[in-house]
Amino acid sequence: MDASAFAPWEDPQAQPLIRFKNVTKSFGTFTAIDDLSLDIFEKEFFALLGPSGCGKTTMMRMLAGFETPTSGVIELAGQDIAPVPPNQRAVNMMFQSYALFPHLSIWDNIAFGLKRDKMPKLDLQERVEAMLKLTRLEQFARRKPHQISGGQRQRVALARSLAKAPKLLLLDEPLGALDKKLRQDTQFELMDIQETTGTTFVIVTHDQEEAMTVASRVAVMDHGRIIQADTPDRIYESPNSVYVADFIGDVNIIQGQANPGEGDGYRLFWTEGQPPLIANSTKSFSAGQTCHLAIRPEKVTISAERPEDAANAVRGKVLDIAYLGNLSTYHVELPNGLVIKAQTANTRRISRRSFTWEDPVWLSWTATAGVLLAN
Amino acid sequence: MTRLSWFNVVSLTLGFAFLYLPMVILIIFSFNESKLVTVWAGFSTKWYGELLQNEAFLDAAWVTLRVAVFSSTIATVLGTMAAYVLVRGGRFFGRTLFSGMIYAPLVMPEVITGLSLLLLFIGIGLDRGIFTIVLAHTTFSMCYVSVVVSSRLVTFDRSLEEAALDLGCAPAEAFRLVTLPIIAPAVISGWLLAFTLSLDDLVIASFTSGPSSTTLPIKIFSSVRLGVSPEINALSTLMIAVVAVGVIIASLATKRAALQRRREEQLATQT
Amino acid sequence: MRRFFLIAVPYAWLLVLFLIPFVIVLKISLSDTELAIPPYTPTLDLSQGWAGIREFFAGLDLENFVWLTEDDLYWKAYLSSLWIATCSTILTLLIGFPIAYGMARSPEQWRATLMMLVILPFWTSFLIRVYAWMGILSQEGFLNQFLLWIGIIDSPLTILNTNTAVYIGIVYTYLPFMILPIYAALDRLDGSLIEAAEDLGCSRLMAFWLVTLPLSRPGIIAGCFLVFIPALGEFVIPSLLGGSGTLMIGKVLWEEFFSNRDWPVASAVAVVLLLILVIPIVLFQRNQQKQQEADQ
Repeated sequence: MDASAFAPWEDPQAQPLIRFKNVTKSFGTFTAIDDLSLDIFEKEFFALLGPSGCGKTTMMRMLAGFETPTSGVIELAGQDIAPVPPNQRAVNMMFQSYALFPHLSIWDNIAFGLKRDKMPKLDLQERVEAMLKLTRLEQFARRKPHQISGGQRQRVALARSLAKAPKLLLLDEPLGALDKKLRQDTQFELMDIQETTGTTFVIVTHDQEEAMTVASRVAVMDHGRIIQADTPDRIYESPNSVYVADFIGDVNIIQGQANPGEGDGYRLFWTEGQPPLIANSTKSFSAGQTCHLAIRPEKVTISAERPEDAANAVRGKVLDIAYLGNLSTYHVELPNGLVIKAQTANTRRISRRSFTWEDPVWLSWTATAGVLLAN
Repeated sequence: MTRLSWFNVVSLTLGFAFLYLPMVILIIFSFNESKLVTVWAGFSTKWYGELLQNEAFLDAAWVTLRVAVFSSTIATVLGTMAAYVLVRGGRFFGRTLFSGMIYAPLVMPEVITGLSLLLLFIGIGLDRGIFTIVLAHTTFSMCYVSVVVSSRLVTFDRSLEEAALDLGCAPAEAFRLVTLPIIAPAVISGWLLAFTLSLDDLVIASFTSGPSSTTLPIKIFSSVRLGVSPEINALSTLMIAVVAVGVIIASLATKRAALQRRREEQLATQT
Repeated sequence: MRRFFLIAVPYAWLLVLFLIPFVIVLKISLSDTELAIPPYTPTLDLSQGWAGIREFFAGLDLENFVWLTEDDLYWKAYLSSLWIATCSTILTLLIGFPIAYGMARSPEQWRATLMMLVILPFWTSFLIRVYAWMGILSQEGFLNQFLLWIGIIDSPLTILNTNTAVYIGIVYTYLPFMILPIYAALDRLDGSLIEAAEDLGCSRLMAFWLVTLPLSRPGIIAGCFLVFIPALGEFVIPSLLGGSGTLMIGKVLWEEFFSNRDWPVASAVAVVLLLILVIPIVLFQRNQQKQQEADQ
């Protein structure tokens, strides 16, 4: 899928499939969803990402109809869905526990929803066979859920929720129960199926890698609010807050006072007796405003000598080295005690590694490497 | 913890001997030739023959059976409803009282339950008979059923019901197609429990029965009060045999099902 | 609507057949004995409206409860029931614990069978299990014959129709109730805890005393209540195995009702028995709740 071609959220004319309008949901005194507005478009693969308790599951359950908003409106294709009970919504859900009916065979599990719609027998058979084929489960059709493996169960759950060809498919931590290797394979499978069927997918996950891999857009949530909803690359490269920067991947945060320079350049005064850091920012900051510079470890270069042309260079000593095989992460302590992580690809054998513990080193990065954030 | 010391072996042996010897002796003496239950006088099955000729016992057995079938069936329906309400009902007016009334009969002395029900039946002018025993037995055994069923419902994965709703079931349909088949084993064991409780009950039946509705325990009790008799031994043996065969078959069946399931699950992870 | 029906049906059933009967017992316990049908007064006469209700309440008094304290038969029966229930609970614990402990330490593949063997008596008739002891404990019964044969005694012991027989009966019939919760607690116990205790310098016996016993306490407490509560109001065992000297409150209530036809006193006896039972029942509930919270 070409991300630049498929971007309905940038088209002001596009009609969203789902629209949350100022939705609030509270349980007693606890506010699970706090005045949230969001548009999700047709054929999107949309990920709700956040720590547990951030409200992502509540949003999904409201879409499925198991919870009703305390205030605000949720629209599906322009219609308020509040009065529609879950069994009459054109929305299906794949449950975290898969919720396969243990007393029914795989075939009957997949046919379950179709039978409720009183689909004619021949059509039903055809549809179930198609679903079995899509999820490569043909030879397991007559088995019971406990007679197949975890990965196969996950596919049955997917087939069952897709069988009714819903307008919207909700996936609640769909890969949470699988081990890492299987999870990675299944992520691509999910993307393929989403593309083949053209269904809108909304996935709930706490695994940022998973969200980044599968989704066309990711919404990062915290305490019932969406902090940022954007494409994976923008979430990673230009987070709008320290929370998002910190939640997605690894990041160094340097706090200081901003001072506007020429153009969109800023100087960041971050510690006594050190030259200010240079950073470009499209957002503007007033002189002396407290802000945070967020730099990804892989954008920080580590070297023995001070690089000539670097916009920013700071001295420090190696505190720790985390060897990850393909990468090494160096934890470098600066004179003021701040620890900065720098990542390098291990293109050489480890025995020829250039730095070791306690070595004095230089860290450097360009003016565009980091993002300046207000909070 | 699989280090059986001599102490464990001895306590297990003595313990199970204590539990089973009395019944074994009872069974042996049911085949005794002599009228004297305690002196062995040769093997005979004549007491079984006499038992089968004893109209009073047969009538009482028939009454007991009918009471047990009716009361346990009604109790299973009511108890399952009550369990569902307790586990899934959320908050409603008088919920505490309701759960109190479910648990109280479990610890209530039978004499009190029996007395209070009798006073009610007299108070409203209901003639005592099979009907009143059924009412009484249903009342206490529905509580046992609801405890058995609700302990299953508590561990029931609620997302199964939600999945059924999500796939287009109306709530009642979801219960019939998904919840009920899955909790069926608990409902069946609830029924069996209610059935045996009803078969077994002496005290409550004594209070609530009328002259024409003597149950088997009442009959046994009144004849046992006069002393031990080989006929009662024969009857007891038959009852023990029925229960033992039933329980052993049931436990073998569940054990086989569990083994089968484990094997299938192992196979599933290999493919 | 459906929900209302679901709640209302069992609720109404229990109200009519469980709660209202108790109110009636309470009411009759406050009435006076009368040689009439029904054999008590006053009776509620609603046809006279408020005056009838007022008259009805004026007729209620605590006379029967005063009577219970004056006639020493009753308070002796309560005390002796409490004593018998307590002693037999302790005896059941002493016999049941080693069995449960042995079951928990037995090889995995035996446990299901042993468990079934403990549950099996529970499914067989209570009355028959008590009856089985009548033949064993009587003068010429199996036990006496056996003891005479091995020469421990020269003349048969009188066991049947004494309190000893009642203890034996209670221990025998309620033993499964003691074994099951203790076994459940011991079965949950992680074997490595004992190994850890021994690793840290405990002897076997000390490890049992310091680790196994405290951790099986909820099971022990549950088992004790499961024996004590029904034993207190027991009727069948004292009337079949006990003698004329065996005073137990369940038996007194039965006789008061069926032999003396004194309904108000029988009701008063029931009300007091219930008040006595409330304490152990509440304690039991607390124990169960604490255990449930600990499990979560």
